[in-house]
Amino acid sequence: MPDHAPFVSIESLRFGYGPRPLLQDVTLHVPRGSVVALMGGSGSGKTTLLRLLGGQLRAQSGRVVFDGQDVGALAREALYRMRRRMGMLFQFGALFTDLSVFENVAFPLREHTRLSDRMIRDLVLMKLDAVGLRGAAGLMPSQVSGGMARRVALARAMALDPPLLMYDEPFAGLDPISLGTIAHLIRNLNDALGATSIVVTHDVPETFAIADRVYLLGEGRVVASGTPAELRASSDPYVAQFLHGARDGPVRFHQPAPSIARDLGIPS
Amino acid sequence: MIDAVARIGERALGRLAGIGHGARFFARLLAVAPSALARPRLVVEQLHFIGNRSLSIIAVSGLFVGFVLGLQGYYTLQRYGSAEALGLLVALSLVRELGPVVSALLFAGRAGTSLTAEIGLMKAGEQLAAMEMMAVDPMRRVLAPRFVAAVIAMPMLAAIFSAIGIVGAWGVGVQLIGVDAGSFWSQMQSGVDVFKDVGNGVVKSVVFGFVCAFVALYVGHEARPTPEGVSRATTTTVVASSLAVLGFDFILTALMFGTD
Repeated sequence: MPDHAPFVSIESLRFGYGPRPLLQDVTLHVPRGSVVALMGGSGSGKTTLLRLLGGQLRAQSGRVVFDGQDVGALAREALYRMRRRMGMLFQFGALFTDLSVFENVAFPLREHTRLSDRMIRDLVLMKLDAVGLRGAAGLMPSQVSGGMARRVALARAMALDPPLLMYDEPFAGLDPISLGTIAHLIRNLNDALGATSIVVTHDVPETFAIADRVYLLGEGRVVASGTPAELRASSDPYVAQFLHGARDGPVRFHQPAPSIARDLGIPS
Repeated sequence: MIDAVARIGERALGRLAGIGHGARFFARLLAVAPSALARPRLVVEQLHFIGNRSLSIIAVSGLFVGFVLGLQGYYTLQRYGSAEALGLLVALSLVRELGPVVSALLFAGRAGTSLTAEIGLMKAGEQLAAMEMMAVDPMRRVLAPRFVAAVIAMPMLAAIFSAIGIVGAWGVGVQLIGVDAGSFWSQMQSGVDVFKDVGNGVVKSVVFGFVCAFVALYVGHEARPTPEGVSRATTTTVVASSLAVLGFDFILTALMFGTD
């Protein structure tokens, strides 16, 4: 595998839950070692894209390639082997509510390795320390805040030192301090672990501060891509609307509907 | 007209797809169930959760069903002057029918619902999806140990139900009413066959264990990941597993005792 080949690439991917395609024709590349952000409004198929990457959904056409492997073509066993090399942070952490913080982080280690309890304990404490929560090891998930839960989930996602980390809306619903903490962690862990990260989000400032490359999704396609600086300088109306959060633009404020006069029964 | 036919066709296809989906789920659950035995700790944990916590309701119900059987059985039998057959009557009713069936119904209400709610909420919290992404198959790690534990717990609970029921009937019949203790026990001993009566009762409760566990896990796994979806799913579990237990009971009874 030549090193300049992208670590993850998506090629003319098409996918939809019903008859209407959610993703029509998406092509993107994630270079090894980079932090790439997938941005777009709610319902633009960002999270779906992560599920396709993890093989939880299968593309209708096109390919998803992870480190040279076609994800969609893998059988169950091979898919599970591949997933050991991926870590995913779910939107609300998805911690196992019946296990303590410590046991949550220990879970992948216990399932996939035959390490001794002592070794697992040391590894878990190291991972928790990396996210600053060694002191919370004994708590239950119900006892930690939303931001802390996400950091625990991050420690769990990187328990097996996966070469690819995926983040599903890591900033959603966090207070400003937690938000900065998570953004900082994503960048630092990526560089410290020599991993590659894909961040799905719609928070512009945090993302632009940490991403190497940004893909902007809309209408089932990639509408713009580039470094944060390139996107900021872009004159594309969609990019401009998204970055500045304008109410109306290429993305309409109103859902398409018959005229309000007709809906309210007012003769025009 | 064409529309109506099309709608019927669509419904039928949807139903068939549902049945196929359920059957595949069951087949996969059966296929991975033995692997749960390789991790006995997970099964024991669930056995404690499912079995031990159903014990009190099973024991109390068994006792009262025994009381009532003792009373009703005595009133009917003494009209024909055969009150000493009370032990036999009670033991056969419990071991063949009431033990397996009533404990399965109670089990569906007590343990089935909690399994459904647990799986449904795990799904709603994306815990099952997270497990898949950690390359851990939830079918093996979460569902299989619960399934195996339920199938093991069911016959044990039914046996406890029957045993306590017999003690209850003894309390009412022998201690309270004064049926002769010797004939109460000896008639029971000579009239109950280990294989035909007790054995078939055990077979029934194993089948009920499969039914209740499958329904509870499947319904929980397919629940819509919302509060309303989970609450609906728990109701479905009670209704579906109760009906299934009653239906299977009739079929099994006809097969086992039909050609006497």
